[in-house]
Amino acid sequence: MYEILHDYLALFLVGSWPNGPLGGVAITLILSALGLAISFPISVVIALAQVSPWRWMRRAASVWTRLVRGIPLLMIIFWAYFAVPVLVGAEVSAFTTAVCAIIVYESAFLSQIVRAGLEGLPRGQMEAARSNGLSWLQSMRYVQLPQALANMLPSIVNQFVSIIKATSLAYVIGVPELTYSAAQVNTIVLTKPLQTFLVLAAFYFVLCFAISRFAGWLERRIARQRAGLA
Amino acid sequence: MFDLSFLLEDGYLKLFRDGVLTTLRLFVVSGLLSIVVGVALTTLRALPVRLFKGFVIVVVEYHRNVPVLVQILVWYFGVPQLLPEGLRDWINAGNTEFFFATVALSLNAGAFISEDMRSGLRAIPHTQQEAAWSIGLTYLQSFRYVILPQGVRVALPALLNQALLLFKNSSLAMAIGVHELLYRTRQIDNLTFRTFDVFLVATILYLIGTLALMALSEHFAKRRTAPSGV
Repeated sequence: MYEILHDYLALFLVGSWPNGPLGGVAITLILSALGLAISFPISVVIALAQVSPWRWMRRAASVWTRLVRGIPLLMIIFWAYFAVPVLVGAEVSAFTTAVCAIIVYESAFLSQIVRAGLEGLPRGQMEAARSNGLSWLQSMRYVQLPQALANMLPSIVNQFVSIIKATSLAYVIGVPELTYSAAQVNTIVLTKPLQTFLVLAAFYFVLCFAISRFAGWLERRIARQRAGLA
Repeated sequence: MFDLSFLLEDGYLKLFRDGVLTTLRLFVVSGLLSIVVGVALTTLRALPVRLFKGFVIVVVEYHRNVPVLVQILVWYFGVPQLLPEGLRDWINAGNTEFFFATVALSLNAGAFISEDMRSGLRAIPHTQQEAAWSIGLTYLQSFRYVILPQGVRVALPALLNQALLLFKNSSLAMAIGVHELLYRTRQIDNLTFRTFDVFLVATILYLIGTLALMALSEHFAKRRTAPSGV
């Protein structure tokens, strides 16, 4: 295992860069970070629709998240593969396709976290804000969302772990991310598939384990702070 | 515009049916095995042996922090390298892809299930155990008649959620060439070029399964809180 790691470390970390396109862990992290950064604001909009006082909005948002949660991510990636070029009217790279699919998929899951955060706040907060003369949107913007976001930070970090794991599926449409690098190493070495794929698993493990530990630490810290304030 | 009559020609319907049946087989076989794995891991962890506890923690953390696709690749490409010749021939004589996909999916779901079971059992107050003993039940009886029924009730929505994940994850078996629904979908697409229609049919087929599982999970989540009153 050590030999594989030693001989192909660069391929695992950055793909064929600087002689070719960036890949490996670097692309996995860029894909995940972009996925989270774009799907988060979308998930807030979906969550707001779900707790809004307008019935048709709640309906539409809940039907949408249910549908997305019910479709395998790989299926959504294939939908994006042929639907996105039609929608934008131009050829689209595999990387962009993967980003689009991950945004659609993850925003549905993130919206559940945001919604739980909003619903976890005491009712009095909204009532107090409204009785101060703020509109529904203003109360959300200045009173509810800031509090809810602080509470759900650990869950969002945990969702980032899910997103990192989800990006491995981009390998299937040929995005040169971490799993793709391992497949490349495997075709070069040929005789050591077990070692190659265990090194791959180890890369994901180190990344995801460290981040979920960080989420756990964050959760305890927030709980302590709140206990101190109370 | 939306015309599905082409499905009736050239045995496409049969390909779809084969895909659905393989997906269901993958789901049912891995589902049953994952319960066995889950119960085994939960039991090992509950025993007062540190070595077992450590082993279960390592198994659970591996399956939680490594993408399912990578777990499947490790089993399919890597593990045969370790097996003795005779056993390898025996596996290769059958449906290798299906075999390893089942192993990977059952272990993955089993690890998650064991965590759900553990938190389900932990949710039962210790006084229940003591009360059961004090009315003369043995350790096994108190587990069978007092702890387990309550624990299952608490854990059921989470377990159904695992079933939903397993159903969606079965689509990843496509990556190693298992002829499940998504694999067949792409095959029919390549034969007919009716991409939109073919993927829509497959998506609806997946949704029938996943929406049913979601509804079931919500039903039990609602029922749990009603009678227990805790």
